[in-house]
Amino acid sequence: MELFFNPFDNLLCILLGISFTVWFTLLLVFIIVPAIFGVSFGIRRLYMKTLLKIFEWATLRIERGAKEKNHHLYKPYSNAIIAREPTSLEEEIKEIRRSGSNKDLDSASEFEMSDIFYFARRGVESIMDDEVTKRFSAEELESWNLLTRSNNNFTYISLRLTVLWGLGLLIRYGFLLPLRVTLAFTGVGLLVFLTSVIGLLPNGRMKNFLSEKVHLMCYRICVRALTAIITYHDSENKPKNGGICVANHTSPIDVIILASDGCYAMVGQIHGGLMGVIQRSMVKACPHVWFERSEVKDRHLVAKRLSDHVQDKSKLPILIFPEGTCINNTSVMMFKKGSFEIGATVYPVAIKYDPRFGDAFWNSSKFGMVSYLLRMMSSWAIVCSVWYLPPMSREEGEDAVQFANRVKAAIARQGGLVDLLWDGGLKREKVKDTFKEEQQKLYSKMLVGTQEDRSRS
Amino acid sequence: MGSRASTLLREEEIEEIKKETGFSHSQITRLYSRFTSLDKGENGTLSREDFQRIPELAINPLGDRIINAFFPEGEDQVNFRGFMRTLAHFRPIEDNEKNKNPTASEPLNSRSNKLLFAFRLYDLDRDDKISRDELLQVLRMMVGVNISDEQLGSIADRTIQEADTNGDSCISFQEFIKVLEKVDVEQKMSIRFLH
Repeated sequence: MELFFNPFDNLLCILLGISFTVWFTLLLVFIIVPAIFGVSFGIRRLYMKTLLKIFEWATLRIERGAKEKNHHLYKPYSNAIIAREPTSLEEEIKEIRRSGSNKDLDSASEFEMSDIFYFARRGVESIMDDEVTKRFSAEELESWNLLTRSNNNFTYISLRLTVLWGLGLLIRYGFLLPLRVTLAFTGVGLLVFLTSVIGLLPNGRMKNFLSEKVHLMCYRICVRALTAIITYHDSENKPKNGGICVANHTSPIDVIILASDGCYAMVGQIHGGLMGVIQRSMVKACPHVWFERSEVKDRHLVAKRLSDHVQDKSKLPILIFPEGTCINNTSVMMFKKGSFEIGATVYPVAIKYDPRFGDAFWNSSKFGMVSYLLRMMSSWAIVCSVWYLPPMSREEGEDAVQFANRVKAAIARQGGLVDLLWDGGLKREKVKDTFKEEQQKLYSKMLVGTQEDRSRS
Repeated sequence: MGSRASTLLREEEIEEIKKETGFSHSQITRLYSRFTSLDKGENGTLSREDFQRIPELAINPLGDRIINAFFPEGEDQVNFRGFMRTLAHFRPIEDNEKNKNPTASEPLNSRSNKLLFAFRLYDLDRDDKISRDELLQVLRMMVGVNISDEQLGSIADRTIQEADTNGDSCISFQEFIKVLEKVDVEQKMSIRFLH
């Protein structure tokens, strides 16, 4: 019996060995070597074009399937579903009162029972559709991209489409995922190893030069580990030393995307585990700004360290995400004013992901880091555009908050995102009572204001 | 995951809701998607906390009263049917409905039902009349700390005096309707869908 299996075993081993070698050689030639030198074969763009054609076909089939069964298709609308007029509290209540009475406005009473209509309608409008809560979950797609996670019309998938989907599943989990995981480990491993080695060198131009090259190379490998297809616009505005780069935040991948095209000093909290190991070795090669957990609360300390770093022109520009949390890339939420108080030149960057190939938004209440990364690596690709906007500085008579809003508006305009004043922290926290008090004050003015006028006349 | 809209809502249910509320098919699926995204516990019902998570509602001075309107007496959870039934009050009145058969049951978005929704915002203990005390409490919610007790009291007294016709110092629903008979309720208590 044993004699029968032996030659077969040998053959299997040989075949495995050969395929392994071929696999690794291909990996090296097509992915790692170009990453080191920063060139590209254009394979990823071809891949992207092919995928788009397939998605269009898939959507048409689903629509046809729905029409045959005479059913309605669920179509997501990422914009508003109800009409909301931007009239103010005062205007609307006056209008309601005007329609209800014959008296002219001057002798109108202070309070009308119909005033409640305004609050009722606004309240129910916000129940039907509000601007904030939908920013904390993944954007809905109009066409299907063959991922189960983004499908809403399961019942209309024909046999051909199911086969295609199965094929896609095989390719993504069987081929792409292992490839990407290998690359990710390679990239991170190289980063930790090489930065530790460079850390042994004395400080000087050589060290900075090598550190730059090593960082760029490892980030490029990581970019390929996600099959990220990035288009950089306006590279002449790239951030320079002594400046602060601010960008809208969608996921931790933002860091990899920006850092593979330029060198930045990262800012953040020191973590434990693998993340901490990476952070500690990175800071050996070039100065990043890492904070202990206890230091994060101390705003003066944070501001001091950042401004010290910025004033040293030999140090790299700082990379900061002022929203403070991940938003789903349909809008830009309130920028925290801390980074805008330091007084350095601000280089705004807008990042817009194309959700058709894989949604990059990290919903941290739903997915942990590891499952998020696995989802990223099993999507088709991460496609995004990065715009480097011209540098901005605080103007005369502008305070930090106004400056922050100005930068935010510029980023929102370039990226085609909705500019919101709401705080991204509303993902986890309740809204402050001051906003309700503002509304109450406005309404009270309407009731009391008329009394003042009356006492005058 | 993306929303599970049409997969969990069956066609029969959609038809029933359509008949009861008058919303169209696409409006119902859209609102179901909204319902599931608010339902953080994923158990098919909404609690008061789920509503309070909406920032624009939390800053509305009457937010709590509006949330209360969704929950029937003594209950803490509202399902999708109840959700739609309450939202239906704000559907615009279409022209072809105005001249409907008067013996058919009144649609949820009739002028009278819209006024009833507003009346119930004032009527805190659900006893079908607005007392001076209830009016004061609701006024206090709307103005916060910006108006003194005496001023508010006189506003409440004057309002009840103008509306009360049967002398019981409370405002009944009929008296409420009379006071607001000229107001364009149809437009002011309606929310228009874009699709």
